[in-house]
Amino acid sequence: MHIPDGFLNAATAATTYVVSAGGVGYSIKEANRKLGDRHVPLMGVMGAFVFAAQMLNFPVIGGTSGHLIGGALAAILLGPWAGTLIMACVLIVQCLVFQDGGITALGANVFNMGLVACFVGYYLYQAVVSLMGEGRRSTLVGGFVGAWASVFVASIACALELAVSGRSPLGVVLPAMAGVHALIGIGEGLITTAVLAFVRATRADLLKLQKV
Amino acid sequence: MKLKWWHVGLLIALGLAILSPLASPWPDGLERVAEDKGFIEAALEPAFEIIPDYVFPGVGNEALATIVAGLVGTLILFGLSYGVGEMLKKRETG
Repeated sequence: MHIPDGFLNAATAATTYVVSAGGVGYSIKEANRKLGDRHVPLMGVMGAFVFAAQMLNFPVIGGTSGHLIGGALAAILLGPWAGTLIMACVLIVQCLVFQDGGITALGANVFNMGLVACFVGYYLYQAVVSLMGEGRRSTLVGGFVGAWASVFVASIACALELAVSGRSPLGVVLPAMAGVHALIGIGEGLITTAVLAFVRATRADLLKLQKV
Repeated sequence: MKLKWWHVGLLIALGLAILSPLASPWPDGLERVAEDKGFIEAALEPAFEIIPDYVFPGVGNEALATIVAGLVGTLILFGLSYGVGEMLKKRETG
């Protein structure tokens, strides 16, 4: 879902840059308040894992692939603001070093795959856990629901930006983006659930870290 | 030195990077929509290239070039996000 240069008009690119800069700025303040020594290695591992997993496109339907975004996973483990910081690191390196995602679209990409994915994933996960009660089942169900929705809502945000930029009418691009990402989101949900199950089985204490 | 949990986490990420040549070459969701809805041509070439398309320049074998790009990126991201965490974490007063 990395938007290249040329897809967004100047107003949309500038607006999303401002919003994302504000979000990352607030993330830094939250990290200064809450991030502890025990979070730091998990920040490193999540950044590495999200980058590597994003390279592994999986096929969805005829001629289309998807890959993990990872914002929901990072936010569930570390909290939505720390998750946003990790996603911003990943997206900045992908943009500057790997030419994946345009420089002018970086603000929109951080907004969609950082802020939106992290907050949707985190709060839906928390909602499911509080509804079902703590336990293995709620972690896995919450992880799947949060991860699926993070991709779905991020794709809607992306479609809105494309429509506002005049690329394609909203009635065309919104169902197309939401439709294909409803399928890609299943992959996001399965990978996120598998990682959460693995973490729970091996280092359940990491799930209990204070959320940032 | 005893292997810590986060060493294992980093090794798993590096392992995924080694699998990267197996990734599906099909366009992703956004590229597919851009092709189907006729605005893919609006995409501009990047202003500069360092490791474009996750293929490390100067490595002849494409699968190997992809693996090297993946390993380099995974290590950059580990260092960067670890460093950001270390830099931003709360300071104990006193």
